[in-house]
Amino acid sequence: MIYMYKVAVVGDKDSILGFKALGIDVFPVIEKDEARRVVDTLARDKYGIIFITEQTASLIPDTIERYNNQMLPAVILIPSNQGTLNIGMDMINKNVEKAVGTNIL
Amino acid sequence: MAILNVKPTRMELTTIRKRLATAKRGHKLLKDKQDELMRRFIEMIRKNKALRMEVEKELHEAFQEFLLASAVMSPELLKQAVSFPKESISVEIKRKNIMSVNVPAMNFIRKLEGDEGSIYPYGFVQTSSELDDAIAKLYGILPKLLELAEIEKATQLMADEIEKTRRRVNALEYRTIPDLEDTIRFIRMKLDENERSSITRLMKVKDLIQKEA
Repeated sequence: MIYMYKVAVVGDKDSILGFKALGIDVFPVIEKDEARRVVDTLARDKYGIIFITEQTASLIPDTIERYNNQMLPAVILIPSNQGTLNIGMDMINKNVEKAVGTNIL
Repeated sequence: MAILNVKPTRMELTTIRKRLATAKRGHKLLKDKQDELMRRFIEMIRKNKALRMEVEKELHEAFQEFLLASAVMSPELLKQAVSFPKESISVEIKRKNIMSVNVPAMNFIRKLEGDEGSIYPYGFVQTSSELDDAIAKLYGILPKLLELAEIEKATQLMADEIEKTRRRVNALEYRTIPDLEDTIRFIRMKLDENERSSITRLMKVKDLIQKEA
């Protein structure tokens, strides 16, 4: 089973503009509801990977959570141009704790 | 100690013995699955963590350069410059099976494969060299970013599966198997008791008959 999927970046405009030059579809969002709607639409719409800035992701943790246990799409957090909020790292650590029981890293 | 709600008959004993054998086999298999999943998971999560740290650092640098570029150029020009990209990236996703966990195996397809020199979708007249640097840097991070996407998704899915498997193993080990063993013991005791009581009864009857005679 091979399908072609698209790649998207969601976040504030200034952080993600650069990705546009690389041919990745960018979706600038500002508000919480807007972000949620965009992510949900993208997930239905043949996007295999959705990169989302941590600032935006922190507004909609429940939506991100929902896609975590599905195979597709992969919602991946990236830092924005204001630096990282460490949410991505926290998620890795949370996964370790969930699987192993304690944080071994 | 909890005994299942069954009648202490020979037939039940056989069924429960069979169930116990199945449960033990299932427990062993699941335990093996859990061990192997854990081994792979730890391998992967270490890679995931290193990769994420690297990507975050490099992205940060790229964003800084981009910020510089946007400071030098006017916002309209900047937007214009990047709004018609030459490159286009899509991703081919296959399923990969790691210990019965379906994880995506991603393969990236770039339209301009092997032609990295011409990724800039604009003329060089109105744009600054800072923008070139920023985009080149971002382009360089892309493979790592995509690799991160693949591995991070895989670890997420595996963590879920490990948790599920651990619960099953524990349920079998600490609940199902001891319960079945207790029930088997209970039924056997009961059957033995019945046997003894029928023997005593027979002996008693025999005594009575002998006295009569």
